[in-house]
Amino acid sequence: MASKDTTFLGWPVLRQLASGDFLGRGTSVTSRRTRHVEARTTTADRVVQSVCPYCAVGCGQRVFVKDEKVVQIEGDPDSPVSRGRLCPKGAASEQLVNSPSRQTHVLYRAPRAKEFQRIELDQAIDMVADRFLEARQHGWQEFDDKGRRLRRTMGIASLGGATLDNEENYLIKKLFTAAGAIQIENQARI
Amino acid sequence: MANADCIIIEGSNMAECHPVGFQWVSEAKARGARVIHIDPRFTRTSAIADTHVPIRAGSDVVLLGALINHVLSNDLYFRDYVVAYTNAATLVNEDFVDTEDLDGVFSGYDPQTGKYDMSSWAYAEGDGNGGDGNGGDGDGKVEEPGGGDEHGSEKSDRAAPHSHGAAGAPMEHANVVRDETLQHPRSVFQILKRHYARYTPEMVNDLCGIPVHQFHEIAKAIAENSGRERTTCFAYALGWTQHSLGAQFIRTAAILQLLMGNMGRPGGGIMALRGHASIQGSTDIPTLFNLLPGYLPMPMVGQHDTLEEYLTSISSPRQKGFWTEADAYTASLLKAWWGDAATAENDFCFDYLPRLSGAHGTYQSTMAMIDDEVDGFFVLGQNPAVGSAHGKMQRDALSHLKWLVVRDFQLIETATFWRDGPEVASGETSPEEIDTEVFFFPAANHVEKSGTFTQTQRMLQWHHQAIRPADDVQSELDFFHELGVRIRERLKDSTDERDRPLLDLTWDYPTDEHGEVDAEAVLREINGYHVTGERAGEVLDKFVDMRADGSTAGGCWIYTGVFAGGINRSKNRVPGQQQDDVAPEWGWAWPMNRRVLYNRASADPQGRPWSERKKYVWWDEEQRKWVGKDVPDFPIDRDPSFRPDPDAGGPAAIAGDDPFIMQADGKGWLFAPKGMVDGPLPTHYEAQESPVSNSLYTQQSNPSRLIYARKDNLWSPSGTQPGSDVYPFVFTTYRLTEHHTAGGMSRWLPYLSELQPEMFCEVSPQLAQERGLVNGDWATIISARSAIEARVLVTDRVRPLTINGHTVHQIGLPYHWGVGKDAVVEGDGANDLLGVVLDPNVQIQESKVGSCDIRPGRRPRGEELPRLVAEYQSRAGTTVETGTEHANPVPEDIRRRRAATLTSDESEGGSS
Amino acid sequence: MSYLQRQLGGRTDPAQDAGWQDAPGRKGFFTDTSICIGCKACEVACKEWNAIPLDGLALSANSYDNTGDLGASTWRHVAFVEQDADRIAAARESGRRLVELGMPGVGAPAQAATQGGAPAGYGVLPAPVEDHGPSLGDMLTETRAFEDRSPEDGASHGTTVDGTPMVGALPEFRWLMASDVCKHCTHAGCLDVCPTGALFRSEHGTVVVQADICNGCGYCVGACPFGVIERRSDASTTVRGDGHVPNIGIAQKCTLCYDRLQHDQTPACAQTCPTTSIRFGDRDDMVEAARARVSQLHEQGFTEARLYGANDDDGVGGTGSVFLLLDEPEVYGLPPDPVCATSRLPEMFRTAGYAGLGMLGAAAVAFLGGRS
Repeated sequence: MASKDTTFLGWPVLRQLASGDFLGRGTSVTSRRTRHVEARTTTADRVVQSVCPYCAVGCGQRVFVKDEKVVQIEGDPDSPVSRGRLCPKGAASEQLVNSPSRQTHVLYRAPRAKEFQRIELDQAIDMVADRFLEARQHGWQEFDDKGRRLRRTMGIASLGGATLDNEENYLIKKLFTAAGAIQIENQARI
Repeated sequence: MANADCIIIEGSNMAECHPVGFQWVSEAKARGARVIHIDPRFTRTSAIADTHVPIRAGSDVVLLGALINHVLSNDLYFRDYVVAYTNAATLVNEDFVDTEDLDGVFSGYDPQTGKYDMSSWAYAEGDGNGGDGNGGDGDGKVEEPGGGDEHGSEKSDRAAPHSHGAAGAPMEHANVVRDETLQHPRSVFQILKRHYARYTPEMVNDLCGIPVHQFHEIAKAIAENSGRERTTCFAYALGWTQHSLGAQFIRTAAILQLLMGNMGRPGGGIMALRGHASIQGSTDIPTLFNLLPGYLPMPMVGQHDTLEEYLTSISSPRQKGFWTEADAYTASLLKAWWGDAATAENDFCFDYLPRLSGAHGTYQSTMAMIDDEVDGFFVLGQNPAVGSAHGKMQRDALSHLKWLVVRDFQLIETATFWRDGPEVASGETSPEEIDTEVFFFPAANHVEKSGTFTQTQRMLQWHHQAIRPADDVQSELDFFHELGVRIRERLKDSTDERDRPLLDLTWDYPTDEHGEVDAEAVLREINGYHVTGERAGEVLDKFVDMRADGSTAGGCWIYTGVFAGGINRSKNRVPGQQQDDVAPEWGWAWPMNRRVLYNRASADPQGRPWSERKKYVWWDEEQRKWVGKDVPDFPIDRDPSFRPDPDAGGPAAIAGDDPFIMQADGKGWLFAPKGMVDGPLPTHYEAQESPVSNSLYTQQSNPSRLIYARKDNLWSPSGTQPGSDVYPFVFTTYRLTEHHTAGGMSRWLPYLSELQPEMFCEVSPQLAQERGLVNGDWATIISARSAIEARVLVTDRVRPLTINGHTVHQIGLPYHWGVGKDAVVEGDGANDLLGVVLDPNVQIQESKVGSCDIRPGRRPRGEELPRLVAEYQSRAGTTVETGTEHANPVPEDIRRRRAATLTSDESEGGSS
Repeated sequence: MSYLQRQLGGRTDPAQDAGWQDAPGRKGFFTDTSICIGCKACEVACKEWNAIPLDGLALSANSYDNTGDLGASTWRHVAFVEQDADRIAAARESGRRLVELGMPGVGAPAQAATQGGAPAGYGVLPAPVEDHGPSLGDMLTETRAFEDRSPEDGASHGTTVDGTPMVGALPEFRWLMASDVCKHCTHAGCLDVCPTGALFRSEHGTVVVQADICNGCGYCVGACPFGVIERRSDASTTVRGDGHVPNIGIAQKCTLCYDRLQHDQTPACAQTCPTTSIRFGDRDDMVEAARARVSQLHEQGFTEARLYGANDDDGVGGTGSVFLLLDEPEVYGLPPDPVCATSRLPEMFRTAGYAGLGMLGAAAVAFLGGRS
């Protein structure tokens, strides 16, 4: 076929006559692009098994990666949970990953400011670490009014976890508890 | 679910919220299963169900209670199962008084505090001879362990479920009295019968709006599809949990399912359909205030001051089951966190754990923010400005913070509230007045990091990193690890004792060449490992290997085994096509890869399958062990005829026919002698806001609900109270297939946004006519808190119901939209209409029912908006006190009878 | 049948007609609307795979349908139809009449698969129906036998596991959902009128637009009896970071995932469908499955079930995408009797030919008459 594409034998009229597609509706009118059509699922560099990030059914996903970009996410037919199927949200996962409006930089809004500004990640984590310790100190309660040990801070709260990994929740709970922060909550109570 | 013969979906819109999970319902249906959907609205789930039964939102206990009454009165329950596997035969002590005798409250209710002293709900204590009903049904009570001499208010605090994790309520011992004829008036069976005697089909008709013939259709379907040969399955979701008595909704279904013998069996059970990828995981390894990993409780001041007190309160060594090993789980957790610093001598650093002093849930924190008690707030993949109840209160709380960290993919409304929030638009506030510093960190998504999600059936599945995150994008794992590193760095020279827990924390996780933390190393720590001994450094294979002496470490005992043999089993991916339908080689389910919990109940007391058709796990006499399609959830070699020494405790005390191995008495609890703060049996109360009076009792709403009387949290008058007609309609909130909760993962995506682009409300043609609403036009919905606008969908899918002879209109409101400027689609948020009232067991808000008015046209803009809300409040005469009394006034004789159930020290208690 | 006739109407193998030697077998969809849950995963998976632009952000207020109909930027579309009891009764009755008429394409009530011990749906599905269905005589006989069974014996319709009849009293309300898609007609008007060869018949028997050839003339748009194909408007909104909207002005529609089929992959919509409402496979198998499913529903008493597109003698020679509907096609926005615009061309040529001869004759007569 490849040679046909580049020689006069590939001309539609000749193909029309040669193939028997006399009305020019099939073989004879296919373009070069059509004849060499590829699917992103086959040209991907690798396929990675994943799990849908939306609801708790836990549908299997296959993530197709090409040139270090996610080019397609679809259901994993091997999964006994989902048998390759995805709902509209799961089917939109590629858009979730590659959304043009997705933020990739840290933004900071100063008190009373009217807009965000960009700051460096490193600086931002430092600022949060400083504020974390300050708030911890400010809200610290060593004893209750009956003199019993509380050893906690009420200066810090957190909400989130139901969309996170177990390993992440584990580190969050571990760090916050060690710091004495107790107001740690997530969607499970909403 | 695919094995069920009848599926009742109630309090869930499964086809819309879990479409792919719904394939199993479709499959069961294709095989001939009945599917009944009970829901206020006709949804996409109803469209596929055999029958849709419209119900008034919040009246589910009446329906389920009537079904219980029906199966008890007509002897339709599964007697062999009930006698052997539930506490039906167990006697309750004689101080217990039912709601039937106290007009809507149980014995031990303190009207001052709105709390119960639960001691009168205890089982009667046996005489130590195994309690066969002939012997002493003594006057004693089976107390909670260490039951003591505290005063009332503290007693009920310590009884609150947030203080004992999910271990279920502990019991001093399991030496109870049983009457297996079920005739004793104080047997749970007879108490149950009496409690629900007035829950009749006619009551269902009057309070739920379900015609009697339809009630019988449901009852018949359940009765005919339960027993030896068949099983019925219930599925619920937030339609049951988001109520001021939500936990009791689920309890009612559990009672019915136990009576019908549908627990622990294939095609049975009660499926909680959870809404987030790892919402199960985030309770197992909790980012929740009241829990430590593995459902161990966070210690409570005054009750858990020492490790010993803590352990005793989780489980008495004399009660049955695996919770008696909590000392090993706790020691292993503390070893995992504090490593070498945790020694037997210092109680494994138990003192490093901060103490609770009450409920510190998200709504309590929100109110603390408004009171300027919280400086900093981390919001991780959530959008409380839109997704939490009472949006206005949420945003107000955010504006009181010193700093806010939002970690998400997109600039969600919680990150932009100070600029784009509705209160800025209405002129109630402006950026110049908001001092909150906001840090927005871009978060990595599921393909940019590795780790496990735990799905709704407790299965852990590893997702592999496919690509590296761009620019500043980071996983929570890396962010919090780095934050911890920097915090510890700042404190490294500290000599302050309070910093020891941070400095002694095990925090040295390996990283890869990009500096990203190895999630697998974290999972390994969660699984646990041997600290000392021959196998030091090796992973634990199962949780029974955990020790209380510090020789093992492990971050979450129920997850132990996920790394058994050093292999990350959450990565197991044997294709489903190559396995049977239990599919144990895909992912890993806790505990110990069991897929159906309490599956010992799938066999009869002698260990034989109840029927060939429902064969699942059974006793193999030749091999002398439990075998079957699943991992048996039972001591593997325990003979069905085994009877323990009455003084034994722990796993050794589990009799061969005690399938409910995590309950203190090994039985399924029809009656909860402990553990539910608002009553041992579910009782119908009206929602906090309801146009209907409770026809069952004088008590209108849950007397133990958590209410917050504040001027930013007003309530509409209910029932026959004057002013209730100002907010005459019931609204209910819900989700759509096309969106995800507060929209952070859907309203920014064009393909999902175009499918449901605008906030709408669903009303019946009758209500549309009554209020002049036109399909496609705008309407304004007003509650006692706020007013929002929505496009109108007039549809027969919402039907007016006749309640107590009056027409009650319900209005449906999806809650996905929020006011901001960054999303593809925006709109008013339904949650702005809600107030904050909580279930006392779990502190979940009531967002499935509220009262409102509706009128045509868009809502007013600017300051006209708060004016409209105020005008309604004034017309209804609502004040801070409206709807905030715990108990409604009752006649003097009832009042006296109630008071008599409180012991003297209780009545003088209640200072907190 | 003449070469031209076969090419433009009636039963045929379209891939072979288009010159494909050793074609892999005609592919198609079977969309079973009786199990559709209206989740729209098909719409999203289709748009995601094919990188289709946004189709507008307006609330239609027409039930849960906000994408309106098939078009250049919606290649799968889920219709939502809310119906009251009268309409349901009418649908059941119109379906019953179709069964009585033995309409080709309407499945036969099968040998009672649910009789005996097995509950409804368990048993063996009816034997595959050869070609385009049983003979009218057989169907009528079976239908009569089916109707004559006493309703009291409880066996006239299928039952659930607990013995409850599948069909009790008519429901007061129902909500129909149906995912529509290009029909990939056996005789495709769009294809026949395309002057550039942009539209072509693939080896899978499907009809595909080649965007690199299409010049946007729009003839195909008017030639489609289903209103499927459309040119992409320049007002389309991008979903891409670079702001680019591909194929503006070019005719667009479902390709039945031509690119995926080339690599033995299932089309995106069928792959994602949570309930298998959309099935994909060899067209013959799809038609067979559709007939079996209709039979099963009839057997359960749901006479409203009927096939659409499975009749190879209809105006488009049958469609590659076949549907099981629960009411008249119009209810779903489908034409009841679609006709390929070019299917009558041979006849028209012939008629035109006779007319020409007649005219000649008349002229001759007039001439001769004038002479006399």
